[in-house]
Amino acid sequence: MATPKSDVEHETLSADLSTDKLVEWYSRMELMRRFENHAERYYQEGKIAGYHHIYSGQEAVAMGIFAHLGPDDHIITAYRDHGPALARGIDPKPAMAELWGKATGTSQGKGGSMHLASRKLHFWGGYAIVAAHLSLATGIALAEQYKGHDTVTVCMFGDGSTNNGYFHEALNLAKVWDLPILFVCENNLYGMWTPVGDVSAVSDVYKKACGYEIPAKQIDGMNVLHVYDEVAEAIDHIRAGNGPYFIEALTYRYRGHGAGDIEAYRTKDEVAEYKEKDPLVQLASYLADERDVDRSKLETLAKEAEGEINAAVEFARESEEPALETIWDNIFAAPFEDRGSVSKGRS
Amino acid sequence: MAEKTNLQAIHDTLWAAMKEDERVLIMGEDVGAKGGVFRVTADFLEEFGEERVVDTPLAELAIVGVGIGMAANGLLPVCEIQFADFIHPAFDQIVSEAARIRYRSNNHWSCPMVIRAPYGGGIHGALYHSQSIEAFFAHVPGLKVLAPSTPYDTAGLLYSAIHDPDPVIFLEHKKLYRLVKGEVPDKLFKLPIGKGEIKREGRDLTIFAYGLMLHQALEAAERVAADGIEVEVLDPRSLTPLDEELLLDSVKKTSKLLIIYEDNEFGGYGAEIAAIVADKAFMDLDAPIKRVAGPMVPAMPYNGPQQDWFMPSVDDIEDAIRELADF
Repeated sequence: MATPKSDVEHETLSADLSTDKLVEWYSRMELMRRFENHAERYYQEGKIAGYHHIYSGQEAVAMGIFAHLGPDDHIITAYRDHGPALARGIDPKPAMAELWGKATGTSQGKGGSMHLASRKLHFWGGYAIVAAHLSLATGIALAEQYKGHDTVTVCMFGDGSTNNGYFHEALNLAKVWDLPILFVCENNLYGMWTPVGDVSAVSDVYKKACGYEIPAKQIDGMNVLHVYDEVAEAIDHIRAGNGPYFIEALTYRYRGHGAGDIEAYRTKDEVAEYKEKDPLVQLASYLADERDVDRSKLETLAKEAEGEINAAVEFARESEEPALETIWDNIFAAPFEDRGSVSKGRS
Repeated sequence: MAEKTNLQAIHDTLWAAMKEDERVLIMGEDVGAKGGVFRVTADFLEEFGEERVVDTPLAELAIVGVGIGMAANGLLPVCEIQFADFIHPAFDQIVSEAARIRYRSNNHWSCPMVIRAPYGGGIHGALYHSQSIEAFFAHVPGLKVLAPSTPYDTAGLLYSAIHDPDPVIFLEHKKLYRLVKGEVPDKLFKLPIGKGEIKREGRDLTIFAYGLMLHQALEAAERVAADGIEVEVLDPRSLTPLDEELLLDSVKKTSKLLIIYEDNEFGGYGAEIAAIVADKAFMDLDAPIKRVAGPMVPAMPYNGPQQDWFMPSVDDIEDAIRELADF
């Protein structure tokens, strides 16, 4: 089932999208990119702590795939989740506030960078144990199937996830049960600091899905129109009740694995080479050259995105810290007996 | 009321709970056509169909991980781990995801699942079919760990667990499946999670025990009663949350505490019980807190005499009672 040929219809699907729609995508991708620029800046300034993982360079993957989804579809992803969260429509304000650990954040400061989520948007969030969420995605999709819902569950993960047991157990069961699940491997060439091929028996990770007879293909993840066109077939396959589908999106992370990565494992030339294929630049060129959108309009949109992120930063800065007592909140459904005490031991 | 074994109590409770609510489903290794390795789910497949009686591969992390996804997405899965010893591949899912999903999402998601795990030794199961696992999970906030020991408690707590809004590890002692019989109401009923029970009243010392050890403690208490030693036997039923009040009240009454568990002694669940009592009832104690527990060897050996030596016996418990009573 390796690399089924793309349906010709799908290859031109994005050509039928309205210019307004594509301009919306462009705005959203600018928002994603600028969110990350500010996240990095405030990380360096010490306002954002811990570990965070920048999505810049990978915007086309989330944008192009999520464009196919409706409000009832589900998305679950790994810890490089800022971009996917915004692509799904999470407001940058609570997202940024979560990075700052504030009470107004998406989980009131409990989760931080790696766990942005919104139940309302069926965005299950980022998950920080590598590949552990593939099992959850399988369960989410099984529940959808059990309930008779006509939805797709999109499960995104990095190339590094494909080398452990979670990955293989999830793919196996998704196929055994013919689950409505789209596995999306964002292959950005490095699992943390290790090149894919050094630790994976096959560098073309879509081939791993073939062992489970899950239709799979490798796509260019740097161009949002390609992503949209190529994934259409997968979504159709799943919605038609044919079971899971596997997409390997070849993409690239401009920043390192996480904050503070000195990037000794790759060359500046390699980074520059991928920036030549920048997803925002590619979409901007398409809009200007093929859709006659004025470059100045795109610049205005970029400025608006910058303004929205600046407002998000101000929102995060001015928001309150969560009350210390909320450390006891939501351990269980019922209020915890010791609630109200912030002593570390028993009361 | 009808007299049932622990195993029948589980079977009948699961059956009735599935009849009552379509959100309840079971999954695990050979739970369907085979009816489970212990026959707990015998005939379920015929009654409820393969959508609700889900046979899985021999892959515990997937069983639990899929269960978490289903639970968080609106269903009430009861996942069976065939032997508690096999739960370790799923440890990450239980600790990192099931126990935290409500907390990390600040109540946006929850995980109302039950993980049934037959545990315990004395059945010649050797190193991978005999162990106790409660200490690993009782340590984790966000989980509830139940260890009922009688058919009545098993039925009432299993039904409570299925409808509990949070993840529950439901421990079933293998040797007790058919060993113990007791009266169980014909209709589904709930017992409160977090409430223990005094299974035998006494004034001289308190024994804290669950599982097979509870029944052995009751037997030992009966033996020493002939000599006028009155032992109070406390069954916690729920390991977390713990009925701390019941524990402290009992120790305050008897002034002595003996803790029995078959898991390895060091860092075992009973160590926490000792710490709580030492912290909160020290002035009420007339003797050191004592434990009878499994030795610090890696696992229960297959060899009969070695296995028996590993397991705290009724004789061991009787000796410990007499020693503590004389203190």
